[in-house]
Amino acid sequence: MAPFSSLRELRQGLGRGDCTSLELTEAALDRARRLHESLNCFITLDEEKAVAAAVAADRRLQDGSAGPLTGMPLAHKDLFCIEGWPTTCASKMLANFISPYTATAIDRLQGAGSVTLGKLNMDEFAMGSSTETSHFGPTANPWALQRTPGGSSGGSAACVAAGITAAATGTDTGGSIRQPASFCGVTGLKPTYGRVSRYGMIAFASSLDQGGVFARDVEDAALLLSVMAGFDPRDSTSSAHRDPWLESVPDNGVGELAGDSLTIGLADEFFSEVSEGAECIDEARQALEALGFRCRTVSLPHIRTAMPAYYVIAGAEASTNLSRYDGVRFGHRCDQPASLADLYERSRSEGFGTEVKRRILTGTYALSAGYFDAYYLKAQKIRRLVAEDFAAAFRAVDLLLAPTTPGTAFRRGQLTDDPVAMYQQDVCTIPVNLAGLPAISLPCGLHEGLPVGVQLIARHFDERRLMQAGAAFQRATNWHEARPALEGAS
Amino acid sequence: MDADEIDIDHLARLAALRLDGDERSGVERDLQRIIALVDEMQAVDTEGVDPLAHPLDATQRLRADEATELIDRERYQAGAPEARDGLYLVPSVLSDP
Repeated sequence: MAPFSSLRELRQGLGRGDCTSLELTEAALDRARRLHESLNCFITLDEEKAVAAAVAADRRLQDGSAGPLTGMPLAHKDLFCIEGWPTTCASKMLANFISPYTATAIDRLQGAGSVTLGKLNMDEFAMGSSTETSHFGPTANPWALQRTPGGSSGGSAACVAAGITAAATGTDTGGSIRQPASFCGVTGLKPTYGRVSRYGMIAFASSLDQGGVFARDVEDAALLLSVMAGFDPRDSTSSAHRDPWLESVPDNGVGELAGDSLTIGLADEFFSEVSEGAECIDEARQALEALGFRCRTVSLPHIRTAMPAYYVIAGAEASTNLSRYDGVRFGHRCDQPASLADLYERSRSEGFGTEVKRRILTGTYALSAGYFDAYYLKAQKIRRLVAEDFAAAFRAVDLLLAPTTPGTAFRRGQLTDDPVAMYQQDVCTIPVNLAGLPAISLPCGLHEGLPVGVQLIARHFDERRLMQAGAAFQRATNWHEARPALEGAS
Repeated sequence: MDADEIDIDHLARLAALRLDGDERSGVERDLQRIIALVDEMQAVDTEGVDPLAHPLDATQRLRADEATELIDRERYQAGAPEARDGLYLVPSVLSDP
């Protein structure tokens, strides 16, 4: 099978016996190793475990007990705990942590027969938009090695874009799936908050974090979502929402949009952020109109202040979640602590990188005595205004179309000295997380040789229309089939 | 609420972080910029708006009051930097009399 095969093609090939899981797995391991020096998208590759899983998958394929993903190599963001695997969150703090349990989402993917190839690079604790804050070094963009793949799930986007695996998992707290998907020219889905269990996902900002996927196209993304999603009693915010459409995806695919043509809303507040690639996004709109979608303007007046509110809420939740790293129970511990306070302070100061410290301190500031009402509570009120803006828009339209990012992939090092400029990267993705909505980034063209993504956003739990519209777009266009030349990659 | 008034040493103490030298001054400068950014929120009129803590406005689900956790101490302590006889070791908290 070719390196850029889709999951559906792999499923067909495996089912017909054109290839074995062992062959696919070894080819993927080989490609991952060859591209490692130029891309650095993996933190861990484990040939022994991957081969053992492939052999087991081939046995299942033989005896007819195969699931929807049996034998397909996948790779996972190194934020998902997998039993027996190092799970580092790209931090020195967890550089030696071996997880004693497996995240529910990964457990379901492995249960469906997928082969775990390795763990993917990311920004430390998912805090970043460029995969440059990783303790294990930056990941390169397969389209232009001197540029970032975006972040925080940059390793996942690069892995899929470089044709190492057909799909990969990621997480999206403020755009960490959609922005790297846009930068790397792949399809990236952030489901509705509560769709995918957060159990075993290392927590950053619990009211915003959501697991999702990177794939070659919408059909593959839906296939993975159908396996990962579903109620989990071990996640207190997991939704009990049942979705017969999603359950039917492994057998029927995403299907066609039924009934009346849909109305797509366009908000100037999003489009005014675009500095590069506006022509590609406009062509995407025209392609959707040619398919029968009606477009109309809507207003989302509060999304401009979503970003500051997000950095307060995410920082506050991060400062709380990351207080567990104390050098006592797991993670990095400083040498020769003189006292308990010294143990805490030095372990944390040595274990966390600068961006993580910035976020913790931002959150500490927002939660500290005298500032709570002015910052944390204020941010939560703005969060409601943002959510109400979307709710009002969705009374008039079925989906929203928006740019995923203000521009194309920026150069490595370009924004590392300016955290606020880095934060601006997520201006079009953050409002969706505050409102907990599902959204997908679709490749929609190239601007000066670099991929551009367009974002579709839907109502809560309306992944069906989100993905049926996305699949219709991909049947009419071929931007999702564009491949990087990987020039200069070893 | 003036970004210039950030007491970085106080915040670091609250967060159990130690910042020295260049890192301290760099983080202080960055934090001033970040707080200036988040201060844009103050221009929004939120009079009478209820705070939203959960994106679906849901409340915490309760489960049945049953013991479900399996405490496998040995396994969980295998990853501890310093543990002995089932105990996590930390520097002495009480000083000698």
